[in-house]
Amino acid sequence: MSTLAPNLAIKDPRSRDAGGGSPPSYGGGGDGNEGGASNGAFNYGERLRRARLGLVLGLTAVLMLFVGFTSALLVRKGLPSFDQQTNTYSRDWTTIRLPYKLLLVNTFILLLSSATMEMARRAITRRAALAPVESIPGVSLGDERGFPWLGSTVVLGLGFLAGQLLLWETLRAHNFFVYTSPSSSFTYLLFATHAIHLAGGVIALMYAAISSWLMHKPVEAQRIVVDVTAWYWHFMALLWVYIVVLLMLVR
Amino acid sequence: MATSEVVHAHAAPQGFIRKYIFSLDHKIIGIQYFFLALTAVWVGMILSLFMRIHLIWPDANLPLVGHIQPEAYLSLLTMHGTIMVFFVLTTAPQGGFGNYFLPIQIGAPDMAFPVLNMLSFWTTFVAFVVMLASFFVAGGAPLHGWTGYPPLSAVQSTGPGEGLGADLWITSIAIFCAASLMGALNFITTTLDLRAKGMTLMRMPLTVWSWFITAILGLLAFGVLLSAGILLLMDRNLGTSFFLPTIVVNGQLLGHKGGSPLLWQHLFWFFGHPEVYIAILPGMGVASQVLSTFARKPIFGYRAMVYAMLAIGFLGFMVWGHHMFMSGMSPYSAFAFSLLTMAIGVPSAIKTFNWLGTIYKSRVRFFTPMLFAIGFVSLFVSGGLSGPFLAQPTLDIPLHDTYFVVGHFHLIMGVAAIFGIFAATYYWFPKMFGRMMSEPMGKLHFWITFIGTYAIFMPMHYLGMAGHPRRYSQLTEVAYLHPLIPVQRFMTYAAFITIGAQLIFVFNLFWSMYKGAKASDNPWDATTLEWSTATPPPHDNFGGHTPVVHNGPYEYGVPAAARDFVMQTDPAIGASH
Repeated sequence: MSTLAPNLAIKDPRSRDAGGGSPPSYGGGGDGNEGGASNGAFNYGERLRRARLGLVLGLTAVLMLFVGFTSALLVRKGLPSFDQQTNTYSRDWTTIRLPYKLLLVNTFILLLSSATMEMARRAITRRAALAPVESIPGVSLGDERGFPWLGSTVVLGLGFLAGQLLLWETLRAHNFFVYTSPSSSFTYLLFATHAIHLAGGVIALMYAAISSWLMHKPVEAQRIVVDVTAWYWHFMALLWVYIVVLLMLVR
Repeated sequence: MATSEVVHAHAAPQGFIRKYIFSLDHKIIGIQYFFLALTAVWVGMILSLFMRIHLIWPDANLPLVGHIQPEAYLSLLTMHGTIMVFFVLTTAPQGGFGNYFLPIQIGAPDMAFPVLNMLSFWTTFVAFVVMLASFFVAGGAPLHGWTGYPPLSAVQSTGPGEGLGADLWITSIAIFCAASLMGALNFITTTLDLRAKGMTLMRMPLTVWSWFITAILGLLAFGVLLSAGILLLMDRNLGTSFFLPTIVVNGQLLGHKGGSPLLWQHLFWFFGHPEVYIAILPGMGVASQVLSTFARKPIFGYRAMVYAMLAIGFLGFMVWGHHMFMSGMSPYSAFAFSLLTMAIGVPSAIKTFNWLGTIYKSRVRFFTPMLFAIGFVSLFVSGGLSGPFLAQPTLDIPLHDTYFVVGHFHLIMGVAAIFGIFAATYYWFPKMFGRMMSEPMGKLHFWITFIGTYAIFMPMHYLGMAGHPRRYSQLTEVAYLHPLIPVQRFMTYAAFITIGAQLIFVFNLFWSMYKGAKASDNPWDATTLEWSTATPPPHDNFGGHTPVVHNGPYEYGVPAAARDFVMQTDPAIGASH
């Protein structure tokens, strides 16, 4: 946005337009309802809070999925297996040998992406907070193009997923297939479920970027997507650490 | 004193597809869920009719299914249970009425995430289509029952329906889990974040409380079912051994080893028991709402009702083991599960006595919704009282695989929840479609259904005590069951009549949509917010206003009021004089 030709269009007020002294309320309720975007009834602060609440609940569901997997793993690891040849019970849990170098690189990439994601979240929070000032004629926020944190996160996220594919390839090369033993089944299961969830995060970030470029969504709306995805992303990083630690502990 | 505040009205989208198909309006989505469940309930009911006919005329040549083989009987049983539990009892009370009325009853213009709401419905729809598809693939529908116990469900070669049909079944359940999780987080966020001014938690109608608690149960339970479903799909298709021990099927030793079918049972019932409350809690909410409205008395012990529902939801997560007494679990575990299960009797009794307290010494207005609400309480008691029997391992072990259990869960979870849905339909139909349902047809429907369901399911308890096993497709080959065949015949006749009576309901539903008497905004003299807006409600529910709430939800029989009730939006009681 240029400083010489300021945007003179008067933007809709961003707070609710109810009379003074009105109780805090929500506007529109038309989250995602594109047709409603023009009525100026959105309160981005409340929409953000609502989206964060929705995210926490969504993460609770993801957590329960992994609680299910974890309890299944612990039960299954303790089960004896009947051997027909020797007529004896034995444990069929083979030791998990992960390629630790690759695992370390992947973990580093994911944690780094979590850091860039956080930078992206803070950058867009700043931009969203300054958005009302921008519309004042003659006011400049300087060069908007900071470091492309969002793009870096997407690239790192894709890099992590590629690293995971490489890791599975390495496991397969060591005859560690999904059906080899319960330990391998759970390893692939946990890695794959995590990867699918992380891919969802990458898609959400791409959506945030595309919707702001192509659909000209206001920066505040974009911020909500980025903010919620950032917390989701951090949760995925935490979940990754949990999965790795779990697999190292149960071996 | 303000009774509402002005907000921007947002216009309804025009165009058929945006308005009626991929609608973001929670009211349309609620009606979509309702009709999905209505379709599903007819499919499920016809399957049950096939089973009932086969039980007494095993050689009959039926339309669509022909002569029923034992495997086909198990397919019918599986699909009847699955469709009824997931696509009727979970879909209609929560997805249907919850979607339509939760936002209105808390004074919100829509759900918190309308797009997610639409996705949640269409995902449920896809799940239903995938479920029905299993009828039409090679081998037909699966045989493993709605509980999907391995090893039967985990091996492709165990039976005709256990090939592609079972894969579709599990996939459908997994899709349904995703849909329910989306719905649950939407319901919880809406309840916590979108309540109108003055709508404190303790002023929420009990229906809202029941949908809210149901959503919490769904959020915590469906993720675990999803995890179990994924493991089962892997066992079936990727050669893993989560649930499969070393096993020989049809004389062939399979490559699996070391897994445990009991692991599935634990994961499944950790979901399965809360699921029972997901089905029945909304019915409890509707019964409370309707009993209070038509008894013209405040609900007896509002707070106790709320806490009882919370207690039922909480305890519901700790009793899954009572479905597994037969599995050879440690007697110490069984004892713990047994005690916790019987503890659920306490909040259930609180609810029952409060319902009775609500109608005690009241001048009841016997409209159809009230009849169904009373029917709900009746069935809840009749079905619930056999619960403490089955909660005890020593009694459960002889009764578990008999018709006693079939009678128990059909009364409490099946028909009681269905009566909740009927009460809700007759109660809210005027608000949803702007016309009244026919009272004479409604009353006829009620009496036949009420007597008919007792006639079908009560004798099952006696069959069970006489040792009649469940899931048997043919009784003629078993000598000691011969004396019981007349009872089965009686139940089949009762089923014919009861199912026939549902035609009255469907006719009444569609006839009243077009020919029913015009409904006023508040035909039942009720107090909650949905009755303070137009009939049917405008696109944003309150036509550019957000209601402000001053009273509790059940202020009936108020002496000082001009009418005998005070609406939630009326000036506060005591402020007017």
